[in-house]
Amino acid sequence: MRYKPVIKDEPFVTLELARLHGLTEEEFDKMVKSLGRVPTFTELGIFSVMWSEHCSYKNSIALLKTLPRSGDRLLVSAGEENAGLVDIGDGLAVAFKIESHNHPSAVEPYQGAATGVGGILRDIFSMGARPIAVLNSLRFGDLADKRVQYLFKNVVKGIADYGNSFGVPDVAGEIYFDKCYQGNPLVNAMAVGIVEHDKVALASSKGVGNSVMIVGSSTGKDGIHGATFASEEISEKSETKRPAVQVGDPFVEKLLLEATLEAISSGYVVGVQDMGAAGITCSTTEMSAKGRCGMQIDLDLVPLRESGMTSYEIMLSESQERMLFIVEKGYEGEVTKIFQKWDLHAVVIGSVVDTQSVQINMGNITVADVPAKVLVLGGDAPVYAREAKEPGYLAKTRTFDVDSVPIPRDFNDILLRLLGSPTIASKRWVYEQYDCMVRTNTVMDARGDAGIVRIKGTEKALAMKTDCNSRYVYLNPRRGAQIAVAEAARNVVCVGARPIAITNCLNFGNPYDPEIFWQFREAIKGISDACNVFGTPVTGGNVSFYNEDPTGAVYPTPVIGMLGLIEDQGKIIGSRFSSPGDVVIVFGKSHAEIGGSEYLFLQTGQIVGEPPAIDLESEKRLQTCVLELINQRLLVSAHDISEGGLAVALSESAFGENVNLGVTVGVGALTGARPDFDLFGEDQTRIIASARPSHVADILSMARSSDVPAVTIGSVTDLGRIEIAGLIDIGREEGEKKYEDSITSCVA
Amino acid sequence: MGKVKFGIVVFPGSNCDHDAQYVAGDMMGQDARFIWHKESSLGDIDVVILPGGFAYGDYLRCGAIARFSPIMKDVVTFARKGGTVLGICNGFQVLTEAGLLPGALLRNSSLRFVCKYVNIRVENCTTRFTSACSKGEVLEIPVAHGDGNYFADNDTVRRLVDNNQVIFKYCTREGDVTESSNPNGSLMNIAGIMNESGNVLGLMPHPERAADPLLGHTDGRKIFDSIVQGFTGIERTTETISMERR
Repeated sequence: MRYKPVIKDEPFVTLELARLHGLTEEEFDKMVKSLGRVPTFTELGIFSVMWSEHCSYKNSIALLKTLPRSGDRLLVSAGEENAGLVDIGDGLAVAFKIESHNHPSAVEPYQGAATGVGGILRDIFSMGARPIAVLNSLRFGDLADKRVQYLFKNVVKGIADYGNSFGVPDVAGEIYFDKCYQGNPLVNAMAVGIVEHDKVALASSKGVGNSVMIVGSSTGKDGIHGATFASEEISEKSETKRPAVQVGDPFVEKLLLEATLEAISSGYVVGVQDMGAAGITCSTTEMSAKGRCGMQIDLDLVPLRESGMTSYEIMLSESQERMLFIVEKGYEGEVTKIFQKWDLHAVVIGSVVDTQSVQINMGNITVADVPAKVLVLGGDAPVYAREAKEPGYLAKTRTFDVDSVPIPRDFNDILLRLLGSPTIASKRWVYEQYDCMVRTNTVMDARGDAGIVRIKGTEKALAMKTDCNSRYVYLNPRRGAQIAVAEAARNVVCVGARPIAITNCLNFGNPYDPEIFWQFREAIKGISDACNVFGTPVTGGNVSFYNEDPTGAVYPTPVIGMLGLIEDQGKIIGSRFSSPGDVVIVFGKSHAEIGGSEYLFLQTGQIVGEPPAIDLESEKRLQTCVLELINQRLLVSAHDISEGGLAVALSESAFGENVNLGVTVGVGALTGARPDFDLFGEDQTRIIASARPSHVADILSMARSSDVPAVTIGSVTDLGRIEIAGLIDIGREEGEKKYEDSITSCVA
Repeated sequence: MGKVKFGIVVFPGSNCDHDAQYVAGDMMGQDARFIWHKESSLGDIDVVILPGGFAYGDYLRCGAIARFSPIMKDVVTFARKGGTVLGICNGFQVLTEAGLLPGALLRNSSLRFVCKYVNIRVENCTTRFTSACSKGEVLEIPVAHGDGNYFADNDTVRRLVDNNQVIFKYCTREGDVTESSNPNGSLMNIAGIMNESGNVLGLMPHPERAADPLLGHTDGRKIFDSIVQGFTGIERTTETISMERR
């Protein structure tokens, strides 16, 4: 075997070359030591992607392991498979996961976002699960900016075109706008799928002699070094990294879905892994490491889009819509037949061997031979403990005197401006571009507090939502992360679902900056705190560091994807008021807190103060109580109070098809603090509900016995006005117009 | 007679095939089977449904490749012999490409995909697709498409109108055909048309998505009911509807 350059013009590997691949000197030494020699150029490529932040989680994994990751319902360990897997009874399991595609979307928004959706869908169906819903959690800069509008429009179009063609409903999500995301938008996509327990496919290789097959699209030169690109900050040079962005083909993905599920059902498939980041490299090494076996791969057999591709390029290509299958020996033909039906490749490229090494051959030369364990997370991939230091800005933001904000004269005007602020305003312009109904399971779409899809053949449904107010996390990372989990749980509770598990997408700046790493560490603590109290384990997810543009890092944004289970489809409720005469009730205690609020930003242009307090035990009691009330059919509607506070929540509940519907609320809604703080404060642990008058006594008594504050504050009217405590009185139509048209008029 | 036999053609990229099957089969108890596009014969069926989706990815003109799928030969023969053919969304696009319906579906005037509930007015209730509706009735049915902007030349449109082949028009909730109620820029707010012999219907809205009470709307069911009644002669009464509700 020769380890000199094996292909003409292939360079010798030196420390300098390794540095250009993003490896440090320490990592170069580690690589040489683990091989006992200098790597080949192809091997350098393999190490550089496998040890990149994106694949190795080298700066985050130590902390990720502190998250609560166990629970009765979990069927696979967090982070071990393509996605988390949760038992929901009836022999069914839910596969779900969230992932970022921030860096590609920053330079090529359409393809970046589209392939983000494609990647997360493959994670779901590579487990044998049929995707039943997708969600999106998006962050952009100031929508008045032309470049931001371009990113926003094209990200939305990319998500729409991919998901619509694939045929999966987009049912929920959230979009925030803040200057901190100006050059580095966040594009997080979540997918949810259903699989019968006995049809689950795992991402492990086993059975010496079994065949390794590549299925789906052919391999081209797109996306080479995508994983490495995702492991550095966005800069002016990023434009030149456009070729690192993959190109998606949702039509092929749809075929790949059907063929993959059919192949898994056939029983001949031993293991499956999606080819996402680092393509063939990542799938062959991770599957081998997990199965404690090796692989021999012949790159000459890989179907290529163009001739003349080198082993380095083939190994690092991130061409989309491909998967790696381990197929029982002797049944390759059966699998190929299934893929042929769908006009897709299914080609044997190697076999499982008992060496524990992945050996890559091309043109009768071994171009790489690396022990699988050396490369992977959980094996010998680097693990770092980074320095953490409390950020300097906190001294300033914490001491902001909220009472220095002048009390506005016209509360109507403030409410209208809040309803029109892009973060709060209706996202109709966005979600009408997404097919939210295909497969006829969508009981509630993006208009609700959470998306809901029913499970055909059962009485069950799943509720799902993503949440994270990053301003809170910026101002107090631990508390902000607790709130993100709490709000996501509260949202699924409001539609009648019990929160059962989360997936998370942790978007942060450069982890080598101690202040950033401190944010990360604190946020992890916050997620742990909340998940422990709510009994919602972390099933997996994704870390995205280096979300920075030349002006600095984005706010720390740990997006929580919450899964809730509804046992009885008949008990689902919405967030909107239904009938005049119904009584409006607020659950939870108001504290008139204004720190980090949309209102404070509107008044001062600053993100300052302490975010609202949260007591996780009170939150848990509130959610348990409201869920019980919904299950006893005592509530007509329930809506989480969040950005914009009580006044915005009341308005949103009054909006809808009946133009005469309104709401009148008395002074019982006020705490006696400053009226603007009462109206627009974003105190946590509050839900606004409506109920028939005859049920109110029961509701209040149940709340009392559950130690949950609850107070009736007013009633639903047929006057078409939103009236609050003599402070606010606007026509509902005027408010709704502002709310519905704001984003449309920004991008038109 | 026994069950009505629905054959739902599955093109590569069809994604509303299961939705049509769920309504015709699971909900209505009829025989609803899938027919793979590479088949050469429809077999023994009563109704062909060309479902929604993105056949062949719709990278070329929508439906332009699907019409060359092997099964389409038999679909054309079936239609020419008077067989009942329903094309929904992408299926409507395929029908125009295959020459079974006149005109074309252009890109939406907004240039964006649009998914939302719309109102459509029943212009002709004397067809095998709308017999369970009344004339002028407004149905609330969702659309979900990027290319639903119906267009045809003046002569064709005149013929469609003269022959009562325009079956559905986008309208307001009150039934007024207005510009603002038109989701895609369709000529004359046309949402669905029929061929001259009255056995082939194409429409952009998705009746199969508005058939299950759990999902909030049931108006789409009337189109499936009309088709089934045409074969069984039995009208679906209020009692049977409430029995079917879960």
